[in-house]
Amino acid sequence: MDITVQDYLNILPLIIVAAGILISVIIEMYSKDSERILPWFSIIIFFSAGYYALFTVNSQTIAFYNMISTGGTSNIFFFLFCFGGAIVTLLSVDYLKKAGIYYGEYYIMLQSAVLGMMLMANARDLVMIFIGLEQMSVSFYVLAGFNRKKHLSNEASLKYFLLGAFATGFVVYGMALIYGTVGSMSIDVIISKISVVSSNPIFIIGSLLFLIGFSFKIAAFPFHMWVPDVYQGSPTTVSAIMSTGGKAAAFSALFIAFTPYFNSVDYKIFQPFISVIAVLSMLFGSIVAISQTDIKRMLAYSSISHAGYMLIGLASGLSLGTSGVIFYLAAYTFMNLGAFGIVSMLEGENDSKLKIEDYKNLGKSYPLLAGLLSIFMFALSGLPPFGGFFGKYYVFISAVESGMTWLAIVGVVSSVISVYFYLRLIVVMYFKDGDEIQSHSVSNSALLGVVISALIIILMGVFPGSIIELISTFVA
Amino acid sequence: MENTLLLSYLLLVPLVGAILLLFFPKKSENGVKYFGLLISVVTFVISLIVYGKFDSSSAAFQLVDKFVWIENLNISYVVGIDGISMLLILLTTFLTPLTLFSTWNTIKHKVKEFTFFMLLLEVGMLGVFVSLDLFLFYIFWEAMLIPMYFIIGVWGGKRRIYASVKFFIYTMAGSLLMLVAIIWLAVYASEPLGVFTTNLLELYNVGPTVPHQIQNYMFLAFALSFAIKVPLFPLHTWLPDAHVEAPTAGSVILAGVLLKMGTYGLVRFCLPLFPQAAISFAPLFSVLAVVGIIYGALVAMVQKDMKKLVAYSSVSHLGFVVLGIFALTTESMQGAVIQMVNHGLSTGALFLLVGFIYDRTHTREIADYGGIAKIVPIYSTALLIASLSSIGLPGLNGFVGEFFILLGAFQSNVLNNWLYTVFAASGVIFAAVYMLWMYQRVVFGPVKHDRLNSLKDMTASEIAIMVPIFVFIVWIGIYPSTFLSMTEVASNSIVKTVLSVSVNVIK
Repeated sequence: MDITVQDYLNILPLIIVAAGILISVIIEMYSKDSERILPWFSIIIFFSAGYYALFTVNSQTIAFYNMISTGGTSNIFFFLFCFGGAIVTLLSVDYLKKAGIYYGEYYIMLQSAVLGMMLMANARDLVMIFIGLEQMSVSFYVLAGFNRKKHLSNEASLKYFLLGAFATGFVVYGMALIYGTVGSMSIDVIISKISVVSSNPIFIIGSLLFLIGFSFKIAAFPFHMWVPDVYQGSPTTVSAIMSTGGKAAAFSALFIAFTPYFNSVDYKIFQPFISVIAVLSMLFGSIVAISQTDIKRMLAYSSISHAGYMLIGLASGLSLGTSGVIFYLAAYTFMNLGAFGIVSMLEGENDSKLKIEDYKNLGKSYPLLAGLLSIFMFALSGLPPFGGFFGKYYVFISAVESGMTWLAIVGVVSSVISVYFYLRLIVVMYFKDGDEIQSHSVSNSALLGVVISALIIILMGVFPGSIIELISTFVA
Repeated sequence: MENTLLLSYLLLVPLVGAILLLFFPKKSENGVKYFGLLISVVTFVISLIVYGKFDSSSAAFQLVDKFVWIENLNISYVVGIDGISMLLILLTTFLTPLTLFSTWNTIKHKVKEFTFFMLLLEVGMLGVFVSLDLFLFYIFWEAMLIPMYFIIGVWGGKRRIYASVKFFIYTMAGSLLMLVAIIWLAVYASEPLGVFTTNLLELYNVGPTVPHQIQNYMFLAFALSFAIKVPLFPLHTWLPDAHVEAPTAGSVILAGVLLKMGTYGLVRFCLPLFPQAAISFAPLFSVLAVVGIIYGALVAMVQKDMKKLVAYSSVSHLGFVVLGIFALTTESMQGAVIQMVNHGLSTGALFLLVGFIYDRTHTREIADYGGIAKIVPIYSTALLIASLSSIGLPGLNGFVGEFFILLGAFQSNVLNNWLYTVFAASGVIFAAVYMLWMYQRVVFGPVKHDRLNSLKDMTASEIAIMVPIFVFIVWIGIYPSTFLSMTEVASNSIVKTVLSVSVNVIK
C-alpha cells in the first residue's frame, strides 16, 4: 500500500489550506500591506479548498496507511469548515480595525484552526483526531486572546487554554485505554475487533473518557463552564468560528469514534450517558440563557443547548441520527455565524453595545440588519420554514426511531423555553417605543457574509432535499 | 391524477405578492396598500375559481396537487380540499381583503411591513387548510406564528409585548408536542406501510390501528395543540390578551380565521387519525366545551371593555363548535363547520365595528358611551345586526350553526346525555344577555358625554366593508343550504369513518 498520486489529489483540500498558511506567513513577513492582502487571500484559499472538496465528494478512499479517509462525510465537513471560515473572514475584515487588532497574523491563525478541524473530520485513526484537535485548539487559544490589551480577552484565552488542556488530557487518557484493549488506534482495527472488546470495561471507560473530553469541545453540560466567559471575552468573530466550526469538528470526531459501536449491543451502555448529557445541556442552556443581558453570553448559552439537541442524534445510535446531526450542524453553523456576525457589526469600541438593551429600536435604525437578525433568531429557535427547524425535526426522528421518544419530548420542552430569549431580542428590536437612532458604520464585507448565511438558512429550510440526500448517501 | 395547480396558485399568489412588496420603495405607502389589496382580491378570485371546480357531492379530497419535496424522508408537498376546507378557504380569502381595506387609514406607520405580514399570514392560514401532509401542515401551522407575532407586537396596544410573547409561547408549547406525536406516528406507520411517511391519506389507514392506550397519548398531543388554538377552556387565557392588544385587523383575522385552525385541526387530524381515542375523550372535551360556553358568556357579561367582551364571547362561541365536533353526528359536525364560518363573520364584524368607533374616540370602555343611537344611526344599526348575528337570532347566520349543533348534541350516541344540550343552550340565553346589555349601554339612553355629540357616522368605505359581511350573515341565516350542502358529504364521511372504525376495532 504505497502512497499514490491519487492519494495526494484526494487530500488536496488539506494541502491547499496548509500551503495557504505557509504562503500567508511569507506574505505577512515581507509585505507591509499584509493586513489588507491576507483576508482576500485566505478567502481564495478557503473557497478553492471547499469547492474542490465538494466536487470530489464521491471519491471515497482511505489513504496514508489507514490514517485518513477522504471523500464522503469528510468532504462535506471540509466544505462546511471552509465555507464557515470564508464567512468569518468576511466578517473580520472591518471588525479587526474596529477592535484595534488589525494584524495579519489573525488570518494565519484562522486558517490554521480550519486546517485542524479538517484533520479531525477526515481522521481514520485516533492519533489523527488528536493531531487535528490540538492544531485547532492551539490556534483557538491564540485567537481567543488576540485582543491582548484587554483583560477579558486574556482571561478568555487563559481559561480556554487551561480547561482545554484538561479536556485534552481526558481524550488522550481515553485513547490510551482504547489502545490498551484493542492494540491499535486505527478505526478500522477497532471496527474489526468491536465485537470482542465492546463489553470490556476498560474499553468502555476509555470511550467514556473520550466522550467527556469532547463534551468540553462541543460545549455540553456539565463541561460547559468555559463557554460563556470565552465567547464573551474573545473577539466576536473568533467566538463565531469557535461556536460553529469548533463544535462541528468535535462532533465529527465523536462520530468517527462512536459510529463503529452503533450496531453493537453494547452501545446501550453509552446511550444513557449521552442522553443525560443531552438533556442537561438542552435544559441548562435554554434556562440560563433567559437571564442573560449580554448578547454574546446569551448566544453562548444557546450554543450549549444546541449541543444538547445534536447529542440526541448521537444518542440514537442510528445512521439517521448521524445524518441528522450533520444537517443540524450545517444549519447551526450558518445561523450562528449570522447571529455573531451581526453582533460583530454592531459592536462599538471597547466592548460597548453588547447588551441586549443596546439593540433597542434596531428595526427602525437598521431595518436590514434587524430583519436578518430576526431570521437567525427564528432559525435558532427552530421555527419553520428555516434550516434550524429541519435539523431539529431530523434529530427528533432519530430519537423516536431508536425508541427514545422521551428525549424528543425533552427536546421540544427545551425549545419552548428557548423561544423566550430568542424572541426577547426581537421584542427589543421592534416592539419598544421611542426613537433612539444608533449610528454605526456598517461593514459591507460583513454584510455580504451575513446575507449569504441568511440565504443558506432559508434555502436549507425550504429545499432541504438535496442536502439531505448528499449527507445520507455517505452516512449509510 | 394530474396536478391542477389551482390550490398551489392560491398559496403562491399571496406569497409572491408578499415578497414583491419588499421591493417597493418605502415612501409609496399608497402603492403598497393598493398592491396588497390587489393581491388579496386576486387570491379571493382564485378561491372562487376553486369553488367553481369543487364538487361538493364527493367526500374525497379534490384538486390534489402532489410534488415530491424531500425524497429521503418521503415528504411530499400534497394539497387538496374537501367541503370543510373549501368553506374555510373562502372565509379566509374573503376576510383578508376586507381587513386590509379596513386598515387603510388606521395603520399609519410601517405600512409596507404590515401588508407584508398580512399577506404572509394569509399564506399560512390557507396552507393549514389545504395541507394533506402532516409535515407540510406543521410548517404552515408554525410559520404562521411569525407574522401574527409581529402584527400584535408592532402595531398593538399598550401591553402588546406581553400579549404577543404569551400568544407565541402558548401556541408553540402546544404545537411542539404535536410535532413529537407526528414523528411518532410516522415512525409507527413505517412498519405497516413499509416507508416513513407523513402523508395524511396514508396515515388515515394506520392511525386507527394504533393501540388504544398509545392512541390516547397521540390524541392528547394533537388535541392539546388544537385546544390551545381554539381556545378551549381552561387554555384560553392568551386569547383576551392577544385580542385586546392586537390592532383591529389582527383581531379580525385572529378571531375570524386563526381560531378556526384549531377546530379544523380537530376535525381533520384528531378525529380520523385516532377515532377510538376521540370517542373515549369525547365526553371530556364536550364537558370542557360546555364549561367554556357558560364561562365565556359569564365573563363576557361583566366586561367593561367592548373588545374584551367580544373576545370572551369568542371563547363561548367556539365552545359550541367543539361540542358540535365531539358530539359526532352529521348534523352537529355540519353545524360546527357552519358555526366556524358564522363566528368568523359575526365576530369579525363586531371587532371591525369596535375598531371603527375606537378610531374616533380612542376608548373602548362601555361606560364612555351611551345614547349614540341618534348621533350615529348607521353605526348603531350595523352594531345591532352584528350583535344579533352573534346572539343567534333566527334569520341570521348564528342561529343555523347553534341549532344544528344543539340538535346533533341532543341526538348524539357518543355523548348520550341530554344535559350537554341543556347547559349549552343556556349559553345562547347568556349571549343574548351580554350582547344586548352591551348594546343597550352603548347605543341607547341619554347621551352621557358631550364629546359624543360630535361623533361622525360610518364613512362610505366603512360601510363598504360591512355590507359584504352582512350579506353573508343574512344569506346563511335565510338560505343556509348553499353552505350546508358544501359540507354535508364531508362531515358525514368524517363522522362515519370515526364511528365505523372504532366500532370495528372494538368488535
